Amino acid sequence: MTTRTPWRRLALLTGLALMATACAGTTRSDVTQQTSAPAAPASSAAADPNAPIKQGLKIAFLPKQVNNPYFTIADEGGIAALKEVGGEGKEVGPSEASASSQVSYINTLTQQKQDAIVISANDPNAVVPALKQARAAGIKVVSYDSDTAPEGRDLFVNQASAEDLGRTEVQLLAEQIGFKGKIAILSATPNATNQNTWIEFMKDELSKPEYKDMELVKVAYGNDEDQKSFTETQGLLRSYPDLAGIISPTTVGIAAAARYLSSSPHKGKVKLTGLGTPNQLRKFVKDGTIEGFELWNPGDLGYLAGYAAAALASGQITGAEGEKFKAGKLGEYTIGPKGEILLGKPTVFTKDNIDDFDF
Amino acid sequence: MSGRETGLAAPAAESAAAPAPPPRGDRLVSRVARVRELGIVVALVLLFAVTGAVNPGFLSPDSLRDILLNSSIVAVLAIGQTLVVITRNVDLSVSSVVGLSAFGGALVLADHPGVPAPLVIAGCVLLGALCGAVNGLLVGVAAVPALVATLGTLYAFRGVDYAWAGGRQVNAADMPEGFLALGSASVLGLPLLALVALAVLLAVGWALRNLPPGRELYAIGSNPEAAVLAGIRVRRRVVAAFVASGALAGLAGAMWAARFGTVDATVATGKELDVIAAVVVGGVAIFGGSGTVYGAVLGAVLLASISSALAVLRVDALAQTAINGALIITAIVLDRVLALRVAAALRRRRYRDAA
Repeated sequence: MTTRTPWRRLALLTGLALMATACAGTTRSDVTQQTSAPAAPASSAAADPNAPIKQGLKIAFLPKQVNNPYFTIADEGGIAALKEVGGEGKEVGPSEASASSQVSYINTLTQQKQDAIVISANDPNAVVPALKQARAAGIKVVSYDSDTAPEGRDLFVNQASAEDLGRTEVQLLAEQIGFKGKIAILSATPNATNQNTWIEFMKDELSKPEYKDMELVKVAYGNDEDQKSFTETQGLLRSYPDLAGIISPTTVGIAAAARYLSSSPHKGKVKLTGLGTPNQLRKFVKDGTIEGFELWNPGDLGYLAGYAAAALASGQITGAEGEKFKAGKLGEYTIGPKGEILLGKPTVFTKDNIDDFDF
Repeated sequence: MSGRETGLAAPAAESAAAPAPPPRGDRLVSRVARVRELGIVVALVLLFAVTGAVNPGFLSPDSLRDILLNSSIVAVLAIGQTLVVITRNVDLSVSSVVGLSAFGGALVLADHPGVPAPLVIAGCVLLGALCGAVNGLLVGVAAVPALVATLGTLYAFRGVDYAWAGGRQVNAADMPEGFLALGSASVLGLPLLALVALAVLLAVGWALRNLPPGRELYAIGSNPEAAVLAGIRVRRRVVAAFVASGALAGLAGAMWAARFGTVDATVATGKELDVIAAVVVGGVAIFGGSGTVYGAVLGAVLLASISSALAVLRVDALAQTAINGALIITAIVLDRVLALRVAAALRRRRYRDAA
């Protein structure tokens, strides 16, 4: 007899879930409906390389998720860039890195009539309808860190070319293990765009003759969660007892793998490299778990994206290939094919230079 | 219902079996069969047997140690959750409390290295208990349904955490070596964190079974109206259950910081579902009144073992989540089938004994 009430409660729960889904559905379809109406009027203006940067530009940085230290540093760099040119930058964004969560932020920023939106897309396609709507309203869109589909943005500021990153990480690990042995990759989620592109280049690099004694045995996915990355690292060591090295091209993954290795008998024997921040990995570089890892400077990435957005919003550039603009302390940049700007080659951090960096 | 631990009635049922003592072997069989957690143990044994057969490395001491370590944090949370679920409530906010406590503890350790670790851990537990008290007051005193109240605090506590952290991350290098060592240390070959979880398990398990307030939690969950009529101070007990769950979540936060060494405001996001899954898999009735903390901890161990097994078995990453879910459902069904069979067998035997 007591089972009656519980079922009612279950029904309530299901009802709530359905309502939540229904709400999410409405937001999406609203966006699609509205975007189908006006054509983009703003992007037709020609570039004027000598146009001054407009004063009081309002530019918003929309990272994959706020409270992610990497994006905090990047966005601080961007906000600093805007300060230099007399504008105002701010960081807004979801607390969870999910594809749909960024859409409502884009809609709000569009209503606020920002001059530009600088975004790192959680999903290259999910944000495009909302971004198209923003562009139709005359807002410039710059993607950084993780690109959107090309129709969603004017420019993409690439932290390092996927090719450079993929190849240099393999080179870094190969030197540490003497170009010999089984290696594995510990990635983020199986459908993370940037991760998968890097992994393709790693595989391509590994197909060169100098790596003939190295074998990529598995790509594991830690979903950028501490516990899952731990479990996957353990699984790799368990199923490949003769594993020589792991490449983890994600900051969460490499930190979790380093923490696990540092307290396991494999410390120093299984080499670990990948992408991480110096502050996060300082301890593990000093205690010998990691010999060297690499990363671009996220602050510079945000800084460059900030300058690119300001140049776009001021009409200095339109996003066409070959246009040039100045990015403060970083110097002059040229827009490459497909509206991409390349930040530069990644920096390698070892115990010799790690103390020179604080981010 | 037989074989389950059902509130105040359970001890009575045990003594009722006494009058006509069956032969010794039979008695042992029925004792074992009555253990509610039997199904989950069978599921665990099956999982280890199959995975071990494919990759013997899974059964190595190192691997078993890792699994214990992997499950200890969720186990502590599952113990706290069980206390709440038994009273026909639920605490969805645990993951946010873990996040808040882990960040708070890590921040104090990083900015004031002089503060001794035990004091920091006590602070984490206290912070968790405070959060639990907020939940308890909302549910027990303001009579907000637990699902809604703790869904609210799930976001509220995480929000406080975000505002406090402001994007800051505390890294392994910032925390004292002594504190981090707690996360990886072993005592007598067992991970320290697993021993902490074991100590909590034994203490709470004993209290639930033997202390009047513990029995009253079952009574409240079995039938809240009857519990009021029986003179049980329902509000006070429910608040206490939430405070205990919060305090354990606070402890789990300190364990998290020691174990992972890298702490930001997103720590443990989404873990509440793992915890509730562990509790349900462990045979605690989601609508209150029955189940044990031993079951919940076995549930946590089973879930951790499943993810480790999937990693070791080199299962395709894209299929892992689905397989994980399927295995959880299999474990619950297996448990249910076993429980029904045992119940039927016991009933048959009772008729036979009576004849």
